[in-house]
Amino acid sequence: MALFILRRFIQSLFVILAVSVVVFFAVYAVGDPIELLVSPEVGQAERDALIARLGLDLPIWQQYGHFLWNALHGDLGNSFVHGMPAIELILQRMPATFELVVVAILLTCLLGIPLGLVAGLYRDAPLGRGIMAGSVLGFSLPNFWQGMVFILFFAVWLGWLPASGRGPTVEVLGVPFSIFTTEGWRHVAMPAVNLALANIALVLRLTATGVVEARTQDYVKFARAKGVAPARIVRRHILRNILIPVVTVIGMEFGSLIAYSTITETVFSWPGMGKLLIDSVYQLDRPVVVAYVMLVTLIFVVINLIVDILYAVLDPRVQLLEPAH
Amino acid sequence: MSVRLSILARLICSLGCLAAAGAAHAESLRMGLASEPTAADPHYHQGTPNEALASHIFEPLVGMNPDMQLEPRLAASWSAVDDLTWEFKLREGVRFSNGEPFGPDDVVFTLCRVLNNETSLSSGFSNVARRIVKVEVPDAQTVRLITATPYPVLPNELARVPVIWNGIAEHGKLEYSPKEGCGVTGAWPNVNDFNNGKSAIGTGPYVMKSYVKGTGIELTRNDNYWGEKPHWETVRMVAVPAAGPRLTGLLAGDFDIIENPAARDLPRIKAGGFGHEIKPSVRVMFFQLDAGREQSPMVKSAKGDNPLQDVRVRRAISMAIDRKAIVERIMDGVATPAYQFLPDGMFGTLENPPELKYDPAAAKALLAEAGYPDGFELTLSATNDRYINDAQVTQAVAQYLTRVGIRTRVDTMTRSVYFPRRAKREFSASLGGWGSETGEASNFIQYWTTTTRQDLGLGSSNYGAYSNPELDETFIEAIRTVDDAKRTELLRKVLTIALDEMPNVPLHFESGLWAFRKGLVYEGRADQRTMATALRPAQ
Repeated sequence: MALFILRRFIQSLFVILAVSVVVFFAVYAVGDPIELLVSPEVGQAERDALIARLGLDLPIWQQYGHFLWNALHGDLGNSFVHGMPAIELILQRMPATFELVVVAILLTCLLGIPLGLVAGLYRDAPLGRGIMAGSVLGFSLPNFWQGMVFILFFAVWLGWLPASGRGPTVEVLGVPFSIFTTEGWRHVAMPAVNLALANIALVLRLTATGVVEARTQDYVKFARAKGVAPARIVRRHILRNILIPVVTVIGMEFGSLIAYSTITETVFSWPGMGKLLIDSVYQLDRPVVVAYVMLVTLIFVVINLIVDILYAVLDPRVQLLEPAH
Repeated sequence: MSVRLSILARLICSLGCLAAAGAAHAESLRMGLASEPTAADPHYHQGTPNEALASHIFEPLVGMNPDMQLEPRLAASWSAVDDLTWEFKLREGVRFSNGEPFGPDDVVFTLCRVLNNETSLSSGFSNVARRIVKVEVPDAQTVRLITATPYPVLPNELARVPVIWNGIAEHGKLEYSPKEGCGVTGAWPNVNDFNNGKSAIGTGPYVMKSYVKGTGIELTRNDNYWGEKPHWETVRMVAVPAAGPRLTGLLAGDFDIIENPAARDLPRIKAGGFGHEIKPSVRVMFFQLDAGREQSPMVKSAKGDNPLQDVRVRRAISMAIDRKAIVERIMDGVATPAYQFLPDGMFGTLENPPELKYDPAAAKALLAEAGYPDGFELTLSATNDRYINDAQVTQAVAQYLTRVGIRTRVDTMTRSVYFPRRAKREFSASLGGWGSETGEASNFIQYWTTTTRQDLGLGSSNYGAYSNPELDETFIEAIRTVDDAKRTELLRKVLTIALDEMPNVPLHFESGLWAFRKGLVYEGRADQRTMATALRPAQ
């Protein structure tokens, strides 16, 4: 196990390095951030001084070299726009995104898997059909539109929930979270549901299909013939067998929600990392974009690792290390 | 089932009641901003959001009223002693929010800090301070700023340099010697010292309570404030960059006031019983034409030359555009047609400038006279995410030009692509937007119209390379003339040339727009800063 994790981390270092090269040069290719940062009122001397201070006067490969050298010393550079360390800027926003995504993923698991089970088990009953039909709405409605309708309905018409923003935060272990206050929950409700809906539909359909397939398998028929209680069949034989693809998808979705929940964050003005990324891309704030993508890569690597470990827990046949040749 | 239903009903009620309770704090103001200030440091970046936040907390020596006329602030009065010396009489009895008195040391410290600001992003501040060579303090209420060359707009420029407290850095006796550190012995405060509140100590009407990037800014009323105390005890500013969600925030009661709602939403705002304020701003939108080069990248004429070099062609382009229609149809009336580069009535502007009339027939005739009876091909370049309706305005202009025979195409792009390309002069006709934050006419001409001369700081945005020695000479004379009447005359002469030769074709002035809840009144500012101090209950 330890060897497996170690090997994974060494692999992921190369992935992160490759990602940093691609992003660094891609942002460089878009344009010169100086034109966005400096107003024409600024004299040439001051302008040159700023260019030199930001290191933009060097050839690109030298800039990358500097970046890499500093990165190895734990410094991913200062944001051009905000003047503070890029990583600090991202980490400041991370708790907001993280709590939003955790709530959304919890909703996904707590609603998606049970509903999927029901839809699979009662495939031909009106209930099952209804759930499957409803799930189509879940991922066919555009996220952006859904969010706007939520706001219109719950915030503007009914006035129950705030239209945007994040609630007051409470520090837990030094990290500000808003989900420990009532006001915070009122703020997180709509964006979390908005973020979760498509995933609920996805997990629901995945579970339902898995259940339908598993029900016709010999081991289920055999268990039934043996007289095992239906609840136990579902729990021990069906659910356990279909959970591997579901866990994979939830893991992947968790990662992509953390990295790219931008639309929801924009609609609800949620002060998360997604918005930061978009703003930074607009402003060609290269240090932030590069640090962001590197961090997201790291998150994906970690999530994949956890998913792989979960496979082994769920299915004893899975071995983490390939057999020796 | 019924038990569950009743729980649900109670839950819903409690949520609703919470929402109702949230609206009850009358003394606390919640503002929805269109963009977030990038720092609480008043000398970090000269952008409207930053300057708006700074002017809640800090004050400059000279202030500007909503129409951008100069008014006394930390200086009670000022005058030019001679061509090189400006004397400022400081206001008595002013205290910083921490109770410390304001005095000449703070002025010296501020100028020194501006020149020793390692973390600053825009050097607009140091541009001003660098021209001050000496500071004299004859007595505790007087500061004399001495410049190397005449600097008539110094008071206007100082209106954008907020004064900070000298106690935020350790120092001995302060004197104005920026290169030698001015007597400061400790570390100069950097942007983070202001962001975390440690150094954010000003004389302004509000005190910064917290500044959390991405989440919001909280201010409380400054009880030591020397001027009229603002109505709101606490202010919370939250940035909601997307216009739709910002408006729903107002409609849902999350905000008391929002800035820059989309003009097309005005009917919705009025129908909902909300108030609104429209204020013409100093931001002028214009097309800069490539008037200087023999060959221009985005122009194709039958003769193979650059028609934009011909003044008749440039005049024809201006005549072909129906500014009033653009303002009415595309800007939804929330803009003013521009016949010069700064709204009428501001310092140095033309009095009643002649209307730039829509006259397609005359435009065609002028084109024919210039030797282009069949027109030519032109591409207009513009941003699509920087100015209000930038892409739509460009399309409209393109259609007007096509109508008079200039076959025009439109190329719009995101600003991060556009601005670097414009600086590399890859365009022939590019959309520009410029707010003359000094509130006087020399500002626009200096950067956009004069021949580029780095040593004098002229023409730094003259990407069209228009050059007219007469205009340059008159302008240089103007910016060295301290006498107001004489300077006005010279500036008007410059403006007349610039509008006659049309290297920049003005379109319209954007207007600031604010929407707020019923029962409030708001006074908009021409510099588009959104100020908590300008919002009060209707009498």
